[in-house]
Amino acid sequence: MTINQEPLKVGSGGPDPEAYVKAQRSPQFQELRKRYRGFSFPMTVAFLVWYFAFVLMSVFAPAWMGQPVWGNVNRGIVFGLLQFVSTALITWLYVRHANKKLDPLATEIREELEGTN
Amino acid sequence: MNATAGSPLVNMAIFLAFVAITMVIVIRASRQNKTAADYYTGGRSFTGGQNGTAIAGDYLSAASFLGITGAIALTGFDGFLYSIGFLVAWLVALLLVAELLRNTGKFTMADVLAFRMRQRPVRMAAAISTLAVSFFYLLAQMAGAGGLVSLLMGVTGNVGQSLTIAVVGILMIVYVLVGGMKGTTWVQIIKAVLLIAGAALMTMWVFSKYGFSLSDLMGAAAGNSPLGEKLLAPGAKYGVNTLSKVDFISLSMALVLGTAGLPHVLMRFYTVPTSKEARKSVVWAISLIGLFYLFSLVLGFGAAALVGSDVIKAAPGGANSAAPLLAYELGGTLLLGFISAVAFATILAVVAGLTITASASFAHDVYNNYIKRGQVSADDEVKVARIAAVVIGVFAIVGGILAKDQNIAFLVALAFAVAASANLPTILYSLFWKGFTTRGALWSIYGGLISSITLILFSPVVSGKPIPEGATKSPSMLQGVDFHWFPLDNPGLISIPLAFFLGWLGSVTDPTKSDAVKFAEMEVRSLTGAGAEKATVAH
Repeated sequence: MTINQEPLKVGSGGPDPEAYVKAQRSPQFQELRKRYRGFSFPMTVAFLVWYFAFVLMSVFAPAWMGQPVWGNVNRGIVFGLLQFVSTALITWLYVRHANKKLDPLATEIREELEGTN
Repeated sequence: MNATAGSPLVNMAIFLAFVAITMVIVIRASRQNKTAADYYTGGRSFTGGQNGTAIAGDYLSAASFLGITGAIALTGFDGFLYSIGFLVAWLVALLLVAELLRNTGKFTMADVLAFRMRQRPVRMAAAISTLAVSFFYLLAQMAGAGGLVSLLMGVTGNVGQSLTIAVVGILMIVYVLVGGMKGTTWVQIIKAVLLIAGAALMTMWVFSKYGFSLSDLMGAAAGNSPLGEKLLAPGAKYGVNTLSKVDFISLSMALVLGTAGLPHVLMRFYTVPTSKEARKSVVWAISLIGLFYLFSLVLGFGAAALVGSDVIKAAPGGANSAAPLLAYELGGTLLLGFISAVAFATILAVVAGLTITASASFAHDVYNNYIKRGQVSADDEVKVARIAAVVIGVFAIVGGILAKDQNIAFLVALAFAVAASANLPTILYSLFWKGFTTRGALWSIYGGLISSITLILFSPVVSGKPIPEGATKSPSMLQGVDFHWFPLDNPGLISIPLAFFLGWLGSVTDPTKSDAVKFAEMEVRSLTGAGAEKATVAH
């Protein structure tokens, strides 16, 4: 795959500005951006909604949250612990996504730009 | 249990041992410190695991370690609610900020914010915001040191406490001058390991007393609390009235959006060689911080059950003494000495990280890029950074002594509110919005900074809280005056959306449109790592 036929590297200061513009327009980069934003943006919205739902429930529905589920452990504690679980889950999903879908493409574009292959 | 817990001599000895050991490591680690990249970023040669541990060491400040355990002990569920905001906030750093920042910046937050803007005005704005956030945070830690010594070291009275703050400040200056970022990072790593190991030990100990049943532990905590069953449900602290509820929502916003805008946290991402290591750093940080907050849930309820809220409230540090008192209850003098030393090490590690961040921003952004227009050599820039570190250290000592009776939580909340209002909107727009311009950046930074500080100045935190029954002082900072007109303690609910709005408005009204070529460079660099700063010589 090539982004561009001409040599892109200029001097030792890294790729020149024109090379970045070309790289940005390349289908490879468009795909990388789509994959990055397609995961990170909706996931950010999701965890913020989930977190603020927990905060709002705790603040405005304390009686409901205080209902025991198991012994003295109530709904509030369970939902709080679920925030830990969801944080761990999102972290794991993102790392998997980045390793599989983002890194190979990013490396390809970077090496093309820096002329290391 | 009286004013001084355990044996001040043992506490002091363990703390001195920590200082001695870390000092040797700092001196050894800093032998190869030569370049600016060494001083600011430890040569960018830390691994993700090391950096993530250091981040946890930096983030789990005295306010979270002592403050959250105390909050859970006294207000139960509401303290737990507070800790969750501090954890979830890391997802913003993971998904949106850490890797892209590592790929585009060099030493400071301003490197990223000014990347495609007019350099001088944006750098200056970013530096002012960095210095403001770091200074509020620094003041909180130093003020906390004063309260802590009276509890742990048996140092009481004005002179003794002021002297201790001065000693902490001088030690911090030495760490920063000798070790640079490399030394500071090792202090944070060692502290994080000790803190998490200590908390794990205490958690298991408490749990074993209740047959490893969270339900039994919670029952015992409620049984020994004046709040009774209310300790376990939401509302003990934030549920007083509608205003306190809205206030908590405002605080939650600042916590979740502030973390990824804290300059000393952002600077840590430059200490690793690649964006992949930056990602690993956040994963480590999230794991360690999450684990620690789970421990603090057990420790908080454990302190309520085993120590009791009357004893905690009567102790010199108030809520902050819950964790040390629980350590004394469980393991006597020795465990208390260990936890005390860790608490002190916490303050030391956090203030060192803040000082290096503030000094880097002054030397790199204000001195070199603003005053000297980028004409200063890297060596001279580091010289200025070292001088700045000493000046900032002296300011922190004086400020800490003056602020030692102030409410620490207020200063930390202020730092988070300013970071969430002035820094985060600008970072996100810079990285993701093509149309963002210099005017937009200036409006969002200054708009967020000025609005958050103004709202706090005219909030009940500073003046006008009524004196509670049975107390002699108002919880406000100033006594006997009332000029507050903003009803909330936390400004985030207003100032964060305002900064986002101003960033947008400034950009669309800017006669100079954004630089498409620079945006292309920034976007490609941020996502691919092309042209990113490389690591210098490995350790």
